[in-house]
Amino acid sequence: MEKSESGVKAKLRGFVSGNFLLGKSASELGETDSFLESGIVDSTGILEFVDFLKETWDIEVADEDLLPENFDSIKNLTSFVLRKTA
Amino acid sequence: MTNPFSSAVLDLDCAAETERIGKLLSDYLQTYRRKGYIVGLSGGIDSSVTLALCVKALGKDRVFGLHMPERDSSEDTLGFSRLVAGHFGVASELEDITAMLDAAGCYRRRDDAIRSVIPEYREDWKCKIVLPSVAEKKGYNFFSVVARAPSGDQIKKRLPLEAYLGVVAASNFKQRIRKMFEYYHADRLNYATTGTPNRLEYDQGFFVKQGDGLADVKPIAHLYKTQVYALAEYLGVPETIRRRPPTTDTYSLEQGQDEFYFSLAYDKMDLCLYAKNHGVPAAEVAAYLGMQADQIERVYLDIDGKRNATGYLHAPPQLVTAVAEVS
Repeated sequence: MEKSESGVKAKLRGFVSGNFLLGKSASELGETDSFLESGIVDSTGILEFVDFLKETWDIEVADEDLLPENFDSIKNLTSFVLRKTA
Repeated sequence: MTNPFSSAVLDLDCAAETERIGKLLSDYLQTYRRKGYIVGLSGGIDSSVTLALCVKALGKDRVFGLHMPERDSSEDTLGFSRLVAGHFGVASELEDITAMLDAAGCYRRRDDAIRSVIPEYREDWKCKIVLPSVAEKKGYNFFSVVARAPSGDQIKKRLPLEAYLGVVAASNFKQRIRKMFEYYHADRLNYATTGTPNRLEYDQGFFVKQGDGLADVKPIAHLYKTQVYALAEYLGVPETIRRRPPTTDTYSLEQGQDEFYFSLAYDKMDLCLYAKNHGVPAAEVAAYLGMQADQIERVYLDIDGKRNATGYLHAPPQLVTAVAEVS
């Protein structure tokens, strides 16, 4: 699986577009835009990210990892994935 | 100079409020040509106050109570709901919904979802789902399932998406089947149904869409829970009911509403919701409640998060174009 920063980012954008925007492009979503504040994702959506990270990169998300610093934007998620797969 | 923030903001003129709600209850029946109200009784404070308000407005002969326990209800639920019906002198009926839930697969589906996380879980275990308090914890708030074996051994696991949705979907049969019975009796008697959410529950989406969230009239949805307790005393709801801690009575393990859904005990949650709605700074609320300002900020964020997550529950059916002739 792609683990370069650009590859991870593209994969995450693809997931956001397909899963939360029902196929609409995620290009207007800024890298640091908050998923929760923008209304794209709610708390159930965070669980969808947890499943996606497991399926895609085999990342086990611990309770203490469930923080906005790790999950609330493309940038934060990318850093989290890169850290966990390093 | 304005007064410092305190619980006095929730003081209620109970007599005036009872009259105002009574007028609404009476007007609704006239408008829709219904003869009285159905109240589903849980033995809790909200349904007891709703019943008392209906009786006060219309008299006991125009109110019909329903007791709808099921396998997981606590043993004292029925006793409390009967106490309330008897106290206010209303006719009531018992509809045990266990068989219908069983036939719908409610327990089996829920147990299968729990077993996907806790394989040891068996039918004779008890369970509940819980949320940590946002006031005590940073980060996202996630449900965990707690399962207790007959031996007393307890296992707690975070619920992944599929299991979480599965447990909730199965458990929601309970509220929806209860509402079905309420409408059966409403149709039979030509009555209307009541919904019993208080403001905290209504605002934060603590209800099941087309279950307990469905009703013709919701007479206390605008009142903070503290105010519901004040009305309970004013209306003469028995003290044993007023002293009971709020529970969900949905899961087989004892479960307080604050561990299931709300961030704090209801009296503090009421004040946080009021303060947020009225722009009171977190530091001011924290000083009064003996908490830290950042804890109150997290509660404020959680209020927004729940409003965001539960907007769908409030949304009416969406039409492409309004049908003006009947709207």
